[in-house]
Amino acid sequence: MATRNVSVWKSVDWTIIVLYLILVVCGWFSVCGASYTYGEVDFFSFDSRAGKQLVWIGCSFGLGFILLMLEEKFYDAFAYVIYIGMILLLLVTIFIAPDTKGSRSWLVLGPVSLQPAEFAKFATALALAKFMNSYSFSIHKWKDALLLVLLVLLPMCLIIMQKETGSALVYIAFFLVLYREGMPGAILFMGVCAILYFILSVRYGEVCVGGMGVNAGELLVLSLIVVFACSMVWVYCKRSKVGFRFMGWCALVAGIGAAVSYWWHPFHLSYVLWGICAFLVIAFLYFSVARRSRNFALIALFIAGSAGFLYSSDYVFNKVLQPHQQVRIKVLLGMEEDLAGAGYNVNQSKIAIGSGGVFGKGFLNGTQTKLKYVPEQDTDFIFCTVGEEQGFVGASAVLLLYLAFILRLVVLSERQYDTFGRVYGYSVASIFLFHLFINVGMVLGLTPVIGIPLPFFSYGGSSLWGFTILLFIFLRIDASRGEQIQRSKRMPMS
Amino acid sequence: MARRYDFEERKYVIGGIAVLIVLVFIARLFVLQILTDDYKKYADSNAFLKRTQYPSRGVIYDRNGELLVYNQPAYDITFIPREIAGLDTLALCEALDISPAFFVERMKEVSNRRKNPGYSRYTHQVFMSQLSAEECGVFQEKLFKFPGFYIQRRTIRQYAYHAAAHVLGDIGEVSAREMEANEDGFYERGDFIGKQGVERFYEKELRGEKGVEVLLRDAHGRVQGRYMEGKLDKMPVVGKNITLGLDIQLQMLGERLMKNKIGSIVAIEPATGEILCMVSSPTFDPQLMVGRSRGKNHQHLEQDPKKPLLNRAIMGVYPPGSTFKTAQGLTFLQEGIIQPETQFPCHHGFVHAGLRVGCHAHSSPIGLVPAIATSCNSYFCWGLYRMMGMKKYGRPQVAMNKWRDYMVSMGFGYKLGVDLPGEKRGLIPNAEFYDKAYRGSWNGLTVISIAIGQGEVLLTPLQIANLGATIANRGYFITPHVAKSIEGGQVDSVYRQKRFTDASPENYEVIVQGMRDAVLGGTCRGANIEGIEVCGKTGTAQNRGHDHSAFMGFAPMNDPKIAIAVYVENGGFGAVYGVPIGALMMEQYLNGELSEASELKAEDISNRVIYYGNEER
Repeated sequence: MATRNVSVWKSVDWTIIVLYLILVVCGWFSVCGASYTYGEVDFFSFDSRAGKQLVWIGCSFGLGFILLMLEEKFYDAFAYVIYIGMILLLLVTIFIAPDTKGSRSWLVLGPVSLQPAEFAKFATALALAKFMNSYSFSIHKWKDALLLVLLVLLPMCLIIMQKETGSALVYIAFFLVLYREGMPGAILFMGVCAILYFILSVRYGEVCVGGMGVNAGELLVLSLIVVFACSMVWVYCKRSKVGFRFMGWCALVAGIGAAVSYWWHPFHLSYVLWGICAFLVIAFLYFSVARRSRNFALIALFIAGSAGFLYSSDYVFNKVLQPHQQVRIKVLLGMEEDLAGAGYNVNQSKIAIGSGGVFGKGFLNGTQTKLKYVPEQDTDFIFCTVGEEQGFVGASAVLLLYLAFILRLVVLSERQYDTFGRVYGYSVASIFLFHLFINVGMVLGLTPVIGIPLPFFSYGGSSLWGFTILLFIFLRIDASRGEQIQRSKRMPMS
Repeated sequence: MARRYDFEERKYVIGGIAVLIVLVFIARLFVLQILTDDYKKYADSNAFLKRTQYPSRGVIYDRNGELLVYNQPAYDITFIPREIAGLDTLALCEALDISPAFFVERMKEVSNRRKNPGYSRYTHQVFMSQLSAEECGVFQEKLFKFPGFYIQRRTIRQYAYHAAAHVLGDIGEVSAREMEANEDGFYERGDFIGKQGVERFYEKELRGEKGVEVLLRDAHGRVQGRYMEGKLDKMPVVGKNITLGLDIQLQMLGERLMKNKIGSIVAIEPATGEILCMVSSPTFDPQLMVGRSRGKNHQHLEQDPKKPLLNRAIMGVYPPGSTFKTAQGLTFLQEGIIQPETQFPCHHGFVHAGLRVGCHAHSSPIGLVPAIATSCNSYFCWGLYRMMGMKKYGRPQVAMNKWRDYMVSMGFGYKLGVDLPGEKRGLIPNAEFYDKAYRGSWNGLTVISIAIGQGEVLLTPLQIANLGATIANRGYFITPHVAKSIEGGQVDSVYRQKRFTDASPENYEVIVQGMRDAVLGGTCRGANIEGIEVCGKTGTAQNRGHDHSAFMGFAPMNDPKIAIAVYVENGGFGAVYGVPIGALMMEQYLNGELSEASELKAEDISNRVIYYGNEER
């Protein structure tokens, strides 16, 4: 046993541990800054948030240590058990958790509250890794792919039922893992398309062009569909140039249509684009039969699907979404300014960060965060404190630390020998990336306000422990890979 | 399409996404933190509450140390729109004793950004201003019921005497125009500023310096403490007190005497130029310009056809009439056109080349001293006629401008520079003026009426009083001013320098003699006060309506303490109103009180009414 322990310390990836420690320490200082109020300087008292965070940090170090001590095989063996247990816990939470600000996601255990959703991430990652590592698994089998999606969707749905939509969205990150493991890139591309269509149709939905009150967003998206479809012909149909020829003709027809509508006889320009789309669908279906190519049919399906998405998303936005949700989206897209309402958080957050300047106001000298202008400043909006007190230099440094951390995780994942380790590693990297993207993006006013924590920075035991467990299980798996190498090196000598 | 089972290269896509995200974020940080400066400003206005500490305004005393204007606490009711919650409008109206309709109207007014550009849901908005302690008391008790409403203390002006409104002036909220001219950025919307009189002219001295408390304020507007332990705070500096040259008793007597008459009385201490009283009638109670009814009262006064807001002492321009003859005598003597012994004929007027200027009965021919005493028109017409035709000037134009120079040296034709806003310059014609009016063809006869203070000549009552002071001083005056001293210093040096006229002291002695004789046996007999050597000169200015009654004088003759001008519009002969009012004023000032007989006389004059009709004046 003693030799094995020594070898864990030798083979564990110290780069990640050092980065982890730096981030946690920076995070603690940020919590100090954010929770500091005038006249109160005792950061070590358990009554203050900084003091509590210190306790959580201590506990996570302990957790990390224990996780490294466990056998690597343990995680592989118990992956499903942990997953099922976590699903049950999520289910139970819905019913026994008290209602806090509308969400039922906190389990209260005496003086501490825990959020099971934070721990479900590593459980899902383990289950995913185990499932994809199984001998007969292939992502290209429909049954396996469906099961994979189910594995991800199950905790997601449960968390949505807890009214923690933000935490549930994190599971989208697993699609990046699936992509790495062979999911067709087209799916990822379609996801991007869907977001793009939605943003464009909403953003320019109220802009009119021409005399007939034609909706600019609609025109823009329809044109984009044509461009995408024709380009896809080139990519997926043996570099066929027919797509580009079509694109030229379409542009010509649309141009003539626009000219006629503008100078001669105004009519609804969308009709022209509908016609073009219909023509393309028929043409591609014809090609698919004539050339015996399934891809042409799929592209035709893409066109039809895109158009369908455009009009259904329009319907969803205007009819299904609540007015306050519509306002939130409009504020994010810069269509409305509602600094006192939906835009308040982000505006205050931008003010706090913007007032930091190059070098910041210095530790504990931020005024915006101290005076509680930014809501949730020590949890979701913690990055404001970094921006205000440490300035551009400090905030960029933190971002670069995260980048190094995530890229290192990618490197570690790639060096795993088996699918289990790689899938788990990518899950960890993707989850961190997603949190970073959404959280910092929201603070900077680039992504929607979705309440998810910034790993290691945001105040809170559950999220810190959740991320620590997530990370240290991977470190243990990675270290065992090293043990194998060590063993294989040592063997011949002994 | 070949299926690839090894997707290792996709690590670059995933790594690339991570790099891209972080780069976009850093670019965004760069834009927010380095490229734009706006957020810093927002942050400061967010977090720092600069609470202004208002200094108390300087108070105003009269020359004897009587307090004239002082401060009294008043209360503004303000509210922060965002903080109002569950307001019981009826209870509020009851507590403030206002009608619900007023409440609705007022709220509409406040939130109208065109009328109230400073409107914000997050800051104090004035709901009602300048309530007295009693008016505010009921509300204070119930304040807790109205979250979002506040009571703010401020001070308002109080007047110890209901007199001297024109001199003292008033204060009011800064207007949009004043805000634009606010180059030192002292004023903020809702601040008070001197609008008229001393309050306006000495605004900078009276207002003091504002202090500031830099406080830190959290997102809910709650004050969290002082910024840097108050190191950046500034204490307010109290405004300077001002002592006026005004004698409030004299002023009140003047206002009493001028009751129901339109006109003005100005008295000056010749040795110092201090204005002892400045009455403009009709006047108003300065207290009307204070408090909530200010706007209403101001409008009411503004619409009065008699224009009580006009300070006629410095803004009214009148033909000086015969009081002007003294200045003519001095000019002719100094220019050698006449000698003190020179006599001119007068047979009921100046008759020459078909022109006739009438005069009253007196012996003929007549010398300068009796001409002043009896106010002979003919004498001064001859003098001017001679001057305009004098060989030494060559042309009447040259003579005219020489004459103009004398008049200007005596303080006519330009603003004297009194320390009150709105002074008028009057009118002294020059050669160009007549060349334009008569296309160059004019002579002494054409302009003859200026010799007797008629025609084109126009003076303010202040300029007439200043003429009296100049004669009393035998040849110089000090720019008249109402402020005697400003706390911790003297008045401006321009109010201490002697301004000499072009006439020499010995010529002044002749004029003084004439004015003394006028009182002893001439037109000003009514100005004689027992035991005081009074000098005086009447004036009866012709105009379209009934003659204006004027008097200019000073006393005592050899140690002048007071120079005075009285002007009563349409009062008839100078002796009817001008002389008795002037005499009573001088008696009051020199003796400190009126004798019993004089008191009766004062009462009689005070009760006399001149009917002016309702036409605009």
